[in-house]
Amino acid sequence: MSDSILSLDNVHTHIGKHHILQGVSLDVTPGGATILLGRNGAGKSTTLKTIMGVYPASAGRIRFRGNDIHDKQPHKIARLGMGFVPEDRAVLFNLTVEENFKLSMIEENERTHQNLEDVLLLFPALKTFWNRKAGLLSGGQKQMLAIARVFVCDHALLLIDEPSKGLAPIVVDQLGEAIVRIKDKTKVILVEQNFNLARQVGTDCFILDDGRVVFHGLTEDLAKDKAMMKNYLGI
Amino acid sequence: MTRQAISIAAQSGKVKAGMNWFIGIGLFMLPLIWIDPTTYLTLTVAGFSLGMLIFLIASGLTLIFGLMDVLNLAHAAFFAFGAYMGYTVLNLINSFGWSETASFGGSVLYLAVALGAAGCIGGILGVVTERLVIQKVYGDHLMQLLVTVGVSFVLVEILKIIWGVNDEVVPVPMAFQDSFIVCGVFFEYFRVVAIILGVGVFAALQFVLKKTKIGIIVRAGVENREIVKTTGYNINRIFTLVFAAGAAFAAVGGTMMAVFNQAVDPGMGDQFLIFALIVVIIGGMGSVTGSFIGAVIVGLSFNYVAYLVPKMALGVNFMIMAIILLIRPTGLFGKE
Repeated sequence: MSDSILSLDNVHTHIGKHHILQGVSLDVTPGGATILLGRNGAGKSTTLKTIMGVYPASAGRIRFRGNDIHDKQPHKIARLGMGFVPEDRAVLFNLTVEENFKLSMIEENERTHQNLEDVLLLFPALKTFWNRKAGLLSGGQKQMLAIARVFVCDHALLLIDEPSKGLAPIVVDQLGEAIVRIKDKTKVILVEQNFNLARQVGTDCFILDDGRVVFHGLTEDLAKDKAMMKNYLGI
Repeated sequence: MTRQAISIAAQSGKVKAGMNWFIGIGLFMLPLIWIDPTTYLTLTVAGFSLGMLIFLIASGLTLIFGLMDVLNLAHAAFFAFGAYMGYTVLNLINSFGWSETASFGGSVLYLAVALGAAGCIGGILGVVTERLVIQKVYGDHLMQLLVTVGVSFVLVEILKIIWGVNDEVVPVPMAFQDSFIVCGVFFEYFRVVAIILGVGVFAALQFVLKKTKIGIIVRAGVENREIVKTTGYNINRIFTLVFAAGAAFAAVGGTMMAVFNQAVDPGMGDQFLIFALIVVIIGGMGSVTGSFIGAVIVGLSFNYVAYLVPKMALGVNFMIMAIILLIRPTGLFGKE
């Protein structure tokens, strides 16, 4: 579709001998948040990593803002305006909070410094621990930093992989609120297993199963389809 | 943990660190029992300068082995290439008769040219080795060990083809053959230059790694390449540069050691690689500060023991390494 910010056309990904993505096709329109749902091992994280170039697509086509990116290196894709928050609180543990932010600023200018101020208003705890090594933060603070550090650059698209994993409900709520505010400025693709968080963040959703898209629609419609919820999400 | 407990733990840590420094300095004052103070100070200056020469080699190894986690046994070959490149440049300068008539400033300039040439050849060898060989074996220590031994053999054979298999005498700029005395303590000019260069390289490395963006990217890349790549940095290219810098430091160390020993030979890298490995292990993998302190310990203990019990000079460094590893397996400044 011509108005897509990102489109995947019959994308296949192999990791070693394993055929993980088996023809994923999806179109993501600009604005708001798109949710990728599915059970463990359905291929959600692999989809994000394939989009980001961490795993090369073995077949198919990926287009981002009019550019073919399926054969590009991750750093080149990032510089086209795509940000990535991997799962498991992906921050640099041996760097301070400040250094984690500095690393994120590919170019330092007024705009990125303004973004930094905005993001510190969103996650004030990070300012308190500015000079502390990221490895010494709590799990929730690490996840906040993982998201916040990507937000300082003006990305056109943010890929966020399971931010709620292993976090206390109160921290999940805070993260949800933050992502809702982020999606007002930047398109977000969120991989989640927590359906309540997914509903809070976005309405457009895809379900993946065995490396294929098996559902595309609204989260509200999905919530009403008990059979689909049970079969593909185990809820 | 309560705030009071944290405060007590921090204070106890400071006391322990203070005790360690006290014991360390005490150990290095110990030779004063057998050596008169003036000789002790002369040995200390000489030992410190030897330490700085070793640090120059070890700093490259710290970047490649400690920071990038690449077991690079070709480091000795980079060192030898640097030594021969320095020898060639100084020989060329000497063929015009300049190095024999040079002032101190002129001697420093000639040495700087030789060091620059050595750094360039080391850097080029580093880029080629990293691109052709190391990039294929990142994360596989056994393969790194095997392929870098191979690279080392190839480079030393190339070196023999270019410069021959015999030992060569290095022409040392005139001013560096001189010395001066302060309060009865001998200072050789070249040793002073070695100390200044070693401390300068240490300060520059600390600054770059801790205070600059490139330093943050390198430290981040060591910890998690995927995050750095997906943030937008070409970490492969940056690591090629780090490897090249490590090789360049080895080559610069080679020229300095060639001038210090006034001779070069194709196998000279191997004996100094042992010193550099001891220093990196004592200091702790990946710690530039650790390498600096380790090099000072090795240089000083080698000189004191060489004066008192010459046959024990090399052995004492292995003993120190073993004791430190027994007390602190990660080395003095290494992380768990």
